[in-house]
Amino acid sequence: MAETSTIYVPVEKIGIRRRVSTTLAIIGNPNSGKSTLFNRLTGLRQTTANYPGVTVEKHSGTVQLESSAIELVDLPGIYCLGGHSADERIAVDVILGRMADTHAPSGLLMILDATQLYQGLYLLQQLMEMQVPIIVALTMTDVATAKGIDISIEVLQRQLGGIQIFPVVATTGRGLEALKTALESVAESAPPQVPESWPELSKTADRLIQQTSTPMQRIDVIQALLHPDSFHSKPLEQQLGSQFVTDSRYALFGVEPPQAVEARHRYQWVRTVLGEVQRQAPMLERFEAKTLRWLNRPWPATVLFFAVMALIFQAVFSWATPMMNGIDAAAATMSAWVAAHLPAGAISSFITDGVIAGVGSVVIFLPQILILFLFIIVLEDSGYLARAAFLMDRVMRSVGLSGQSVIPMLSSFACAVPAIMAARVISDRRARIATILAAPFMTCSARLPIYALLIAAFVPDESVGWLNLQGLVLLGLYLMGILGGLTTAWLLKRTALRGPKPDFAMALPEFRWPNLQTVSIKLMDRVRIFLRRAGTIIFVVAIIVWALAYFPRAGGIETGMQNAVLQVESTLTGAPLAEELLRIENEAAAAQLAQSFLGRAGKFIEPVFAPLGWDWRVSAAVIAGFPAREVVVAVMGTIYAVGDKAEVTSLVDKLRSATWPDGRPVFTLPMVLGLLLFYAWCLQCAATLAVIRRETNSWRWPIFAWTYMTVLGYTGALLIYQIGSRL
Amino acid sequence: MTLREMQPGQKARIEKVDARQPGVVRLMVLGLIEGAEIQFENAAIGGDPMEISVFGTAISIRKQQAGYFSVSPLVSNG
Repeated sequence: MAETSTIYVPVEKIGIRRRVSTTLAIIGNPNSGKSTLFNRLTGLRQTTANYPGVTVEKHSGTVQLESSAIELVDLPGIYCLGGHSADERIAVDVILGRMADTHAPSGLLMILDATQLYQGLYLLQQLMEMQVPIIVALTMTDVATAKGIDISIEVLQRQLGGIQIFPVVATTGRGLEALKTALESVAESAPPQVPESWPELSKTADRLIQQTSTPMQRIDVIQALLHPDSFHSKPLEQQLGSQFVTDSRYALFGVEPPQAVEARHRYQWVRTVLGEVQRQAPMLERFEAKTLRWLNRPWPATVLFFAVMALIFQAVFSWATPMMNGIDAAAATMSAWVAAHLPAGAISSFITDGVIAGVGSVVIFLPQILILFLFIIVLEDSGYLARAAFLMDRVMRSVGLSGQSVIPMLSSFACAVPAIMAARVISDRRARIATILAAPFMTCSARLPIYALLIAAFVPDESVGWLNLQGLVLLGLYLMGILGGLTTAWLLKRTALRGPKPDFAMALPEFRWPNLQTVSIKLMDRVRIFLRRAGTIIFVVAIIVWALAYFPRAGGIETGMQNAVLQVESTLTGAPLAEELLRIENEAAAAQLAQSFLGRAGKFIEPVFAPLGWDWRVSAAVIAGFPAREVVVAVMGTIYAVGDKAEVTSLVDKLRSATWPDGRPVFTLPMVLGLLLFYAWCLQCAATLAVIRRETNSWRWPIFAWTYMTVLGYTGALLIYQIGSRL
Repeated sequence: MTLREMQPGQKARIEKVDARQPGVVRLMVLGLIEGAEIQFENAAIGGDPMEISVFGTAISIRKQQAGYFSVSPLVSNG
């Protein structure tokens, strides 16, 4: 009998996932260090989803504690509750447990930025009136100390009615353990005592609640009073009559906007508290601060902005090259290995021309997309995007938008989908829709593959002065995208979206070094999304296109080829024979492709695109790219690889040697430039259309955007080809 | 004098805000209210929008809205 032995494993070595016992919501001002702290607390145990019915992303994660685990819901960064923006609405609904699929939080973790107590205390005061347990994490204490700001936490705590305050430095993790311990007991603590900064408002609210027949939450009554003519005020007005509510409002606020009166009352309280709590030591301005201040002066800041943009585009194109060459070589090696080890036929063709060529041609752009997203995320995390919005406000105003539209448009250079979602920070509805429709014009990362391919193949690698001609064409395409987007916004704001100019009020965060963890988590998120798309949609489209290009096989061509081979073998020998065999094989393959489903579709549509100088192959590739434009390169790879099975040459060489039946090259410079412009302006992305539909809540805008951009792309390509060919 | 006429680097206290003008309420929610001490930090090219700091936070404000904030200049002690 075998002896049984006991193995002892320390508890911490077992990957225990403790059961989630409570839900807490984390809330704070924008740029208060909220995401950094959230990432620090939850690590990689987080998910991103959407709140049902609205477009605000829901981030939540799990915090593992000593004896339990807590679900932490990350609310959007806001300055006040109950405004008109979706972000502010969501915050209230989540806190009150009105959001489907989200547990009502048993308490709040409020992030208070030690360098921005002024705005932070404003929000905190509003939160305290909601009567839910709150603890406060005081972030950026290190930055505050460096700036000579001295904060007395004990006095602050007393001023806030005994609320628990934990100073933390999210970047280094200092103070995090104490905060975690406190998180376990938040739910048990009593809701805070409300500092009575404005007793009349609370009294009026309580009086109105007594008069309602169906009980209302106090916060809802307060919101109804503060926001006339909004969704907030309807339930109260239905119960008590709009005249009665209006009278109550007038007694409180007079003729001024309620929110303005609210701001005066609350900030008066905030200033009293700050006077007790905060001391500013006289400081000599340090060298970095002086430099930053100089860099924020009008001209240096503008020059810096364009330098940063130039650096990004330079990086995307030059830094990625070694990695891309590596991926290219790996794909070629794999194809060659498969071709050598499998008998020629459908399976070998499927693996080399379908799978490897299809997926490889997308994955090859991962390095560029990685670099682009890295820059956008770093700019966002360092607070520079807001600075860009400030600098570009004037330009945006000239097309009827505001600096707020700059952030979605800059993000759009990575991908239009998150960019269109980012447009929700724009409070003006018309400006928001105009921004949403302009965003898809910006050159997204999915356009880079086709740009890179065509530019590398057909634009000479020459220098013009100190600039590279290829780089110049690429820059031109980016500019054409910007021009298209801004013109579209300008036209819309003058016609369908005519209205008052949107205002522009935003806080400008200080420059801060981006946090490595936050940046890497966001970057991994983007890469995962890209690879999932490459692995699913693009893979499936590539396979379908391969099948459409491979089938049906015409038996006649096969026998014809075999006869021709027999014939030349009997008449020729040596090198001339090999050459002739290759020619026969290529012609047979081309004939097979021409009569395949894809070939027939391309030929069917060819007359439509013929005025643009596109043959049926280009037409077929363009058609296949409408669901997702990044497949175009994969489709071209498939089309040309299937048509030329002789050896593994790069797609560039194949495009260069593509000809019309009469021997003229297909890819002339005017045709290529037109094709590039078509890609710059055309909306070939089902995901973008879906997100426009969701964000505008109507089919009208996605249908308009698609039709408008397709017509614009076609016309642009037509003009360039027709004029260019005549020069 | 209004915020609009301030010089770069100048400090002032907000005396009166015309809250009924368009685009002003959002600035008040960010803390530009009567009694607040502010400094005009920088501007974009052309002087518009302006960057105003209040209690250490920088806020962007357009010239049009800046005209709705009456201020009294503070003598800088530096």
